Amino acid sequence: MSVARIQMAHGSGGKVSHDLVKNIIWPAFANDILGEMHDGAQFVIGGARLAFSTDSYVVKPLFFPGGDIGKLAVCGTVNDVAMNGAVPLYLSVGFVIEEGFSIEDLKRILASMQEAAAEAGVYIVTGDTKVVEKGAVDGIFINTAGIGKIIDGITINGKNAKPGQDIILNGYLGDHALAVMSERHGLELPQSVKSDCAPLGDLVASLLAAVPSIAVLRDPTRGGLATTLNEIALQSEVGIIIEEKDIPVSLAVQAACDILGFDPLYLANEGKLLVFVDKEYTPQVLKIMKAHKYGREARVIGTVSHAPCGQVGLRTGIGGIRLLDMLMGDQLPRIC
Amino acid sequence: MLTNEEVKKAADFFVREIVSLAGQKPIRIMEVCGTHTVAIFKAGIRQLLPTTVELVSGPGCPVCVTPNDFLDAAIAYSKQPEIIITTFGDMLKVPGSSSSLAQEKAAGADIRIVYSPLESLEIATKNPHKKVIFLAVGFETTAPLAAATVLMAEKEQISNFYVLSAHKLVPPALRVLLAAGNRPVDGFLLPGHVSAIIGMKPYDFLAKEFATPAVVAGFEPLDILQSIYLLLKQIQRKEPKLDNQYGRVVPVVGNPIACQRLNEVYQVADAQWRGIGILKDSGLALREKYRAFDALKNLPVTVEPTKEHKGCQCGQVLTGALLPTECPLFGEICKPEHPVGSCMVSVEGTCAAWYKYGAGRWQG
Repeated sequence: MSVARIQMAHGSGGKVSHDLVKNIIWPAFANDILGEMHDGAQFVIGGARLAFSTDSYVVKPLFFPGGDIGKLAVCGTVNDVAMNGAVPLYLSVGFVIEEGFSIEDLKRILASMQEAAAEAGVYIVTGDTKVVEKGAVDGIFINTAGIGKIIDGITINGKNAKPGQDIILNGYLGDHALAVMSERHGLELPQSVKSDCAPLGDLVASLLAAVPSIAVLRDPTRGGLATTLNEIALQSEVGIIIEEKDIPVSLAVQAACDILGFDPLYLANEGKLLVFVDKEYTPQVLKIMKAHKYGREARVIGTVSHAPCGQVGLRTGIGGIRLLDMLMGDQLPRIC
Repeated sequence: MLTNEEVKKAADFFVREIVSLAGQKPIRIMEVCGTHTVAIFKAGIRQLLPTTVELVSGPGCPVCVTPNDFLDAAIAYSKQPEIIITTFGDMLKVPGSSSSLAQEKAAGADIRIVYSPLESLEIATKNPHKKVIFLAVGFETTAPLAAATVLMAEKEQISNFYVLSAHKLVPPALRVLLAAGNRPVDGFLLPGHVSAIIGMKPYDFLAKEFATPAVVAGFEPLDILQSIYLLLKQIQRKEPKLDNQYGRVVPVVGNPIACQRLNEVYQVADAQWRGIGILKDSGLALREKYRAFDALKNLPVTVEPTKEHKGCQCGQVLTGALLPTECPLFGEICKPEHPVGSCMVSVEGTCAAWYKYGAGRWQG
């Protein structure tokens, strides 16, 4: 049974998305910069090292606890630029709006974008607006692209993970995906479950100023922590072991996951980042993170090892160890 | 709630007891239910057990046991423009004879994922000119919800709601499995949530007629370890009986209200199980009184002739006759992203769980 059409799973951010990019999209554009397969492109123009990234936002519903599509569209792209070891500077924005969309809602979204851009220290400097007939999109879709300057002396790359490094995460997992799901399906979740959507550029800049030798930075968005760690294990050709007991998941998120059959390790986050760093710098990274408002719950969740090459293992609370695979299928569509 | 340290300590205790009870003779324990299969893998329980204690997955994954002809009927209905199909999400990717609901959805069919069958009624009310068919799949755990939905539809006189039913019952399947006895099982880990509905009694025959130990078990890692320990005690003492490890959720009589609703709407009927065949009295059919809600009795449909997938061993896997890793297609031709058989599809599918958590792949 061959698949001739795009299915929802192709947009999940997991294994099926990867195969689509690898087998269909990448061959059409193949070049060295794209081939790095990072959160964005890194290149040099007139002596300046730049990072460039883009993302489209189709979240449903448009407004959810802790954020909205506008905040997401700014933070998501700012974070992708920052994960290149860059200071995000300028964004473009493209709107595709459905006929009949409320101007009042559009204003709310624009205000939210501006607020997020101000916090992130970026300017939205160019844009485009298209309107399509009713039913051609669902309300509003937003694309943003961002450009930033890579900090001098910094080389961040998904291929830089090395055995012996610690893996540090800046806080609780799964809140964004569940906040969106609860709003979409009218699930009664505790008020504490809010999207973690936040611009991480400032936290990244503080970390890199103090610890320039940070090897890998990556934000675990679609596909969750599990998928992101697998990408890095494959790119760096290393093994990764994480400890279940050290992975921060709030009681509310865990309880909701148990009921709905989700695994928080595969849920999208919009304000989380992973830092791979040599062990000697771990205390310093933790200190900086914990002092920052987006890193109070930071902790070491695992380590990089030689084996099993290209795989991620999870040591469970009762002492077993098992494979932690990439996301398969589409656990949750239209989450960002 | 136990702290992480307390859980680890208790787990260590049960593992020690299991090791001391396990002898040289191999013991095969079947976890009947897909939820258990996943929980066992997720907690990494297999590696903690002695090599002589083997856990085998059973027929308790509702998506896995749903036969091709049911899917083909659902797919045929989905192609009719006036029909909306509502379904739990894990049915979407299951391959039918020549298509899947996911493929039909991508091609434009109106197929909607619901978290509760009751959502179907809302969709039916909002789309009065359409006919809404809910794919009623599942064991004793989900059947009462489907029954409640039919009762609600009747009460609210919603006349464009239908059920395509493939509900199955757990105890009759175990009876067939034991009677066939081609690769015997030394004990059963029974699904606690099924017993929360049907109680303990329907499983009495396991010990009485087949002298097979059984434990109704919860789903936390400690529940499962304790249940394996209880099973080994029965096996080593040669005292087969029915234990209830999940007493905090499972009353001996189950949930009489849910059972009463179930019996009001459904009657026991023979049912087709994928790869196993028709098992007597192992399914549920809508009673004559509710025939107005029965899709097949009211909405004409032409279904393509059923084709089984060449080489697919789901039937063998579901009865424990074959481990997923013993199937030549497993992980090679048959993977979650392009499943050949239903066992590789559902989150709780036997092969999908074995694959996802690294059986035959994990090199650590």
